[in-house]
Amino acid sequence: MSEIDVNKRILGENDRRALENSLFLAGRGMPCLNVISSPGAGKTTLLARTIKAMADSIRIGVIEGDITTSLDADKIKSAGGVAIQINTDGACHLSAAQVFEALGKLPLDDLDMIVIENVGNLVCPSAFALGESAKVAVLSVAEGDDKPAKYPALFAKSRALLINKMDLLGPAVDFDIDRATADVRALNKDVEIFPVSAFTGQGMEVWYEWLREQVRREKRRL
Amino acid sequence: MHEAAVAQKLLQLILAETEKHGGRPVAARVSYGPLEAINKEALCFAFEAISGHTACSSVKLHVEQKPLLANCGQCKHSFEIDLKSQAAAVCPQCGSADFEVLADAPLMLERIEFEIGGKDERN
Repeated sequence: MSEIDVNKRILGENDRRALENSLFLAGRGMPCLNVISSPGAGKTTLLARTIKAMADSIRIGVIEGDITTSLDADKIKSAGGVAIQINTDGACHLSAAQVFEALGKLPLDDLDMIVIENVGNLVCPSAFALGESAKVAVLSVAEGDDKPAKYPALFAKSRALLINKMDLLGPAVDFDIDRATADVRALNKDVEIFPVSAFTGQGMEVWYEWLREQVRREKRRL
Repeated sequence: MHEAAVAQKLLQLILAETEKHGGRPVAARVSYGPLEAINKEALCFAFEAISGHTACSSVKLHVEQKPLLANCGQCKHSFEIDLKSQAAAVCPQCGSADFEVLADAPLMLERIEFEIGGKDERN
């Protein structure tokens, strides 16, 4: 018998490609957000509203990840945005190589920020780096306030959390914001939390300001 | 959920190391942190399924989940965070909730064990 120490990251190839993406984008002074949530939390509606509202200040290029269809990219384009659709054909997450390819199809010179809308899944996408400057989690109130405790990985790794569909709060949707917030902060003290409704626009102005700050920050680093 | 993809990368890594080292790999040690979204049984099952007709067909995987660690901001004690606990995490030594969670252990191939010697070559 003989043993050898290897100590290599099993997802090292993806990590290397993610690092290349992040260096490439940092070199252009562009922030890149990796937006992750379960299916139906409202990521696309949130992005479409954000793109429309910010059209005069920040130009956002969107990379859409879905198992199949181009429905989400179509929605972004209808809102006046630029979008590239990736279909993962069953895979539960986007990879850094897919993002690299999509970046090559975006008109980067005309954009201030890249937003990647990952495959709707509260578990897997958080384990694959894409080259993002920040992960952003979206949780809708209809999913329940216990989700941060039950699916801690994404919430522990995100720089911002949007609690969406705030307009649904009421007798049928009982979501304790304090509980969800406490569970997220237990593992992630510095996370920014934005209670919003992408449908009514409630709370969105603070989120827009956070996005502007991301752009300013990346530009300052150049 | 993506253990098959992880198993594929793991198999490639072990095969590449085997090519460098020579010999027949019989065991491999893998570790990961609790935030890596990995299920141990699913990973072993996927690895067994894809390694069958390769030089790794006899590799037994030893998969270890490493704890998520935190450092207390008050008493500097280092402790494990229990994600299964219902109670809010506090430092077990001083009871403070002021602690810093350290980075989760990445998914790693730590070691490979090889069988060497001529009598095993006929297998």
